[in-house]
Amino acid sequence: MMELKGRKICAGKASGEAIVSSEGVSFYGGVDPDTGVVVEKGHPLEGKSIAGKVLVFPQGKGSTVGSYTMYRLKKNGKAPAAIINKECETIVAVGAIISEIPCVDKIDISQIKSGSIAEVDAEKGIVRA
Amino acid sequence: MLEGRHGNAVKKSMEILVALGEIYGAKRLIPVKTVQISGVSYDNLGDAGLEFLAEMAKDGKVRVPTTLNPAGMDLENWKVLGIPEDFAKKQKMVIDAFAKMGVTTTCTCTPYLVGNRPDVGSHIAWGESSAVTFANSVLGARTNKEGGPSTIAAALTGLTPEYGLHLDENRKPRVLVEVNSELDGIVDFGALGKVVGEATRGKIPLLKGIVHAAEDEMKALSASIVTYNGAPLFHVEGITPERVDEPDEKILVAKSDIEKAISEMNDGVDDVDFVFIGCPHCSIDELKKISELLGGKRAGKEFWIGVARPIKEESDRLGYTKIIEAAGAKFACDTCHVVAPLKGRFKAIATNSAKGVYYGRNKNGFKTYFGTLKECIGMAVK
Repeated sequence: MMELKGRKICAGKASGEAIVSSEGVSFYGGVDPDTGVVVEKGHPLEGKSIAGKVLVFPQGKGSTVGSYTMYRLKKNGKAPAAIINKECETIVAVGAIISEIPCVDKIDISQIKSGSIAEVDAEKGIVRA
Repeated sequence: MLEGRHGNAVKKSMEILVALGEIYGAKRLIPVKTVQISGVSYDNLGDAGLEFLAEMAKDGKVRVPTTLNPAGMDLENWKVLGIPEDFAKKQKMVIDAFAKMGVTTTCTCTPYLVGNRPDVGSHIAWGESSAVTFANSVLGARTNKEGGPSTIAAALTGLTPEYGLHLDENRKPRVLVEVNSELDGIVDFGALGKVVGEATRGKIPLLKGIVHAAEDEMKALSASIVTYNGAPLFHVEGITPERVDEPDEKILVAKSDIEKAISEMNDGVDDVDFVFIGCPHCSIDELKKISELLGGKRAGKEFWIGVARPIKEESDRLGYTKIIEAAGAKFACDTCHVVAPLKGRFKAIATNSAKGVYYGRNKNGFKTYFGTLKECIGMAVK
């Protein structure tokens, strides 16, 4: 396993199967809050579930209501176990904090393969994959 | 506050503010004078948002004057507007959670018309893009375009991270816009906002060549420019309060650009089944104009006037309300067609708001008629 060093956005430890998107993720309208399945048309992850996975993507996008969608995913037990971003922005940062999803950014996400096991120690800003 | 000694809501709020501050390189948190909370309509919040608010309301109390964005319905008169009972119940729970936090529950996108009107140079934390843009540009106050949770975090702590539009160096114009067209009324100013927003795409503009602009026209420009991808701050030479230097990059806006924008906002409909005036919410001046144009006529279409409740109460006292309601129009206090649950309810909307056109199309799926107040009222009584 290699170790990647980034920055803490929301503290916590988690591990799980990595699911990697080359494109940004919009939680509001882009992810079904009841199932955790990506529903955005034409998205690289369309039809795949992010529930319980370590979700890896460059940056959040779309409406700020997305933070509340993340909270709803968490309440429904369908949230990702952890989030790894290249550059975190407001929607995902706020969503991770209010939903208590471990989140780190400033990670070279090209090093992480979909399907591999990723471990996140957000407090230290460390990802092992 | 971060350690939880002031309760869980304050702790969570501080975590949000510190994380945002770190992401955007803020050196410190600074006090804010007022807050405008966005994310109030149950149509946008859903049960998840409502749960979050209820959680924050358990031990969170606002530390600065705080007002609310429009809700998904008129909080008193929702039945007349055809809002479903179960929606109304959830919307009231949202408002109750805010009231418990000590928020002033005037639900409006024009807080600056009802007492939340910060001075030049004040630091504030506002959501609602049109109000953010008006506060930055017309009032010369300072705020980033905040999201729902970050406005709540600012309200419960009285703080915001100092980055972006709070800092002098980020408020300078990057592009000069020479307006070579006469502009008259909010349709023209709304169209100008679309032209400038689309042409500048997030760069702060300095507009030159505008001789006069009434406050209602600046309100329309603020709403439009940011809806159509512009920055939430613009300067107008001789009108807005901040003194700035001319940037090198320059673009020109001609009369034909304004006309093209107006035509793009029209879907060529010759009839509508819904008329909405008040995006952003009407001023008392606009209500006066509506009463003059509508008096003695009869609106055959569903006709809503979006307004903050205190402005409607002023209109009651001045006698405009009676004239307007006698003509069959309905006041939609606390709400608007952007945030009410209207998807699929109407086919085509007439409005004098460029922002209203955007959301009428994209959120509600309506065809649009974009015209002056007089033309919209013409559609209503057709």
